[in-house]
Amino acid sequence: MAGSTPASLTAEAPGAAAAATGARSASKAPSTPGREAWRRFRRHRLAMASSVVLAIIVLAVVLGPLLWRVPINEIDFASKLEGPSWTHPFGTDDLGQDILARLLYGGRISLAVGFCAMLVAAVVGVMVGAIAGMSRGSVDAGLMWLADLFLALPQLPLLLLIIYLFRDSLTKILGPEGGIFIMVVAVIGGLRWMQVARLVRAQILSIREKEFIEAARALGASRLRQVVRHILPNALGPVIVAGTIDVAAAIIAESTLSFLGLGFPPDIPTWGRVLFDAKDTIDVAPHWVLFSGGAIFLAVLTINFIGDGLRDALDPRRVL
Amino acid sequence: MSRHYIMRRLLIAIPSILGISVILFGVLALAPGDPFADLAANPAIPPEVAASLRAKFGLDDPVWLRYVHWLVAMLHGDWGFSFASRIDVDRLILQRLPITLVVIGAAQLLAIVVALPVGVLAGVKPYSIFDQIANTMAFIGFSLPTFFTGLLLILLFSVKLDWLPMVYRTDLASSGWQWWWDQLKQSIMPVAVLGLFQGASLVRYVRSAVLDVVRLDYVTTARSKGIGESAVITRHVVRTALIPVVTLVALQMPVVFGGALVTEQIFRVPGIGSLLISAMLANDTPVVMGVTFVFACLVVFFNLIADILYGWLDPRISYR
Repeated sequence: MAGSTPASLTAEAPGAAAAATGARSASKAPSTPGREAWRRFRRHRLAMASSVVLAIIVLAVVLGPLLWRVPINEIDFASKLEGPSWTHPFGTDDLGQDILARLLYGGRISLAVGFCAMLVAAVVGVMVGAIAGMSRGSVDAGLMWLADLFLALPQLPLLLLIIYLFRDSLTKILGPEGGIFIMVVAVIGGLRWMQVARLVRAQILSIREKEFIEAARALGASRLRQVVRHILPNALGPVIVAGTIDVAAAIIAESTLSFLGLGFPPDIPTWGRVLFDAKDTIDVAPHWVLFSGGAIFLAVLTINFIGDGLRDALDPRRVL
Repeated sequence: MSRHYIMRRLLIAIPSILGISVILFGVLALAPGDPFADLAANPAIPPEVAASLRAKFGLDDPVWLRYVHWLVAMLHGDWGFSFASRIDVDRLILQRLPITLVVIGAAQLLAIVVALPVGVLAGVKPYSIFDQIANTMAFIGFSLPTFFTGLLLILLFSVKLDWLPMVYRTDLASSGWQWWWDQLKQSIMPVAVLGLFQGASLVRYVRSAVLDVVRLDYVTTARSKGIGESAVITRHVVRTALIPVVTLVALQMPVVFGGALVTEQIFRVPGIGSLLISAMLANDTPVVMGVTFVFACLVVFFNLIADILYGWLDPRISYR
């Protein structure tokens, strides 16, 4: 986010700060940067609550299909579009399939897409940013122009365009599930690296002039070693924050694709896809829309709050 | 602001448009699939005829030559012919564009009207109860994907309360005042969905911009002169704080277009967003390319406007 006030609210209520100072003087002062960050993160109540909720979601999605052994594609017209009940806690869809089982299974894919797309964006972003930051002159200018250009691209239309053009051939090569997954991850990640690249470059520009880098250079560290061992670890904080927010954005992007009917095929019930199927029966089966949309909302909201908490925790300039 | 500044900004916009067109064309050129594939497979057509057709349409030319041809054709307004609608692509887009711009414009207006007072109040009294509520609401606002908010509003206002129509109609039967009233009623939900999503992120920008300004010395000076608090805020703080917000509003445009695309699809608003989706589902490539290009041009155009506005609002920029 822009602006020099990375303030988040819950962490900074004056009363809480005073209480925390008291707590700190009582206990031992934290020594390592990691523990310091954890101390700051814990102060952000909403972020802490979100971590718990997100952990529950992840656990449910990973372990849920093992425990809730209802098949996701068992068609039962006798019980279609039923509201929540004991046999079907989240109700059933228009084919009588159990929505809870579908959401648990689809959540794996939705969350995996979000996480992998973030990894792609972070890796590309760190590499571009590091190259731009370490090389002055035309390479730097060119890469940053490219980043600006990508920032000016209309993301969603372009995403749709690429998927529209490449979907058939990729599914032919890699199968319907793997092909779409790789493509969605690559495209969403490939359109989101710019923020990370700019952050890394800005960090490198300031860090590389510091004395400890000069010392490393004087000791004969190669450029690669300077970057990998000395600069990047110190530039990691903002990247982690941006990466967290990127996970949420990627989940939304994938859900949007599926919601528009251009993402995963119907037999892979990602959250967006379930919502897409649900939207036409919103008047008779609102539970279908509410549960699938609620899953997306909850995941995105908690990740955003965690990102906000991490922003407070990892910004070394802030004294809390 | 000098004329030079505007000229320079215009000149910077041209490479952006060119870069975006290269990316779009590159995607199209890399895409598998050959428009003459079924021609070649057709045994009734001799291979020589197929080959001469290919040569005639320039399919065997090197990529850069095809790009130049394509670009020249686009600049001439020759955007191709829609397979599905049997009409020239540029005319089709021009038919649909106004309604998209009206929806986006109204939504931006709503976003600003909501976000400005809330953000200013939150920034003037940071960490107050109001600020905390506003911040939490903003988080919830931009964590709710537009497709889910849209469905929720439909569920509430169309299905449960039956106050507003579910889908947008261009063939309203009424006339006169009744027509305007119906038009307003059916526009409320699309505009609200888009506007509130935008407003949520805008609140945070406005808040942090105000927070940056409100601590500056000139604000203290204004206060010590004995001007009333409301005059200090409106005349001194808000005017300065809005300068970065203007740029951020324009930089958000790609996101807005994505949101508009989804919103149009949910409410069946016949704008270019829903045109894009229907063209994709109908495999209507010329329309898909045309609409994507229009989206890209709109983004560059709004960035240009933001730059010029920025130079006008903040004279220091022009003298760089």
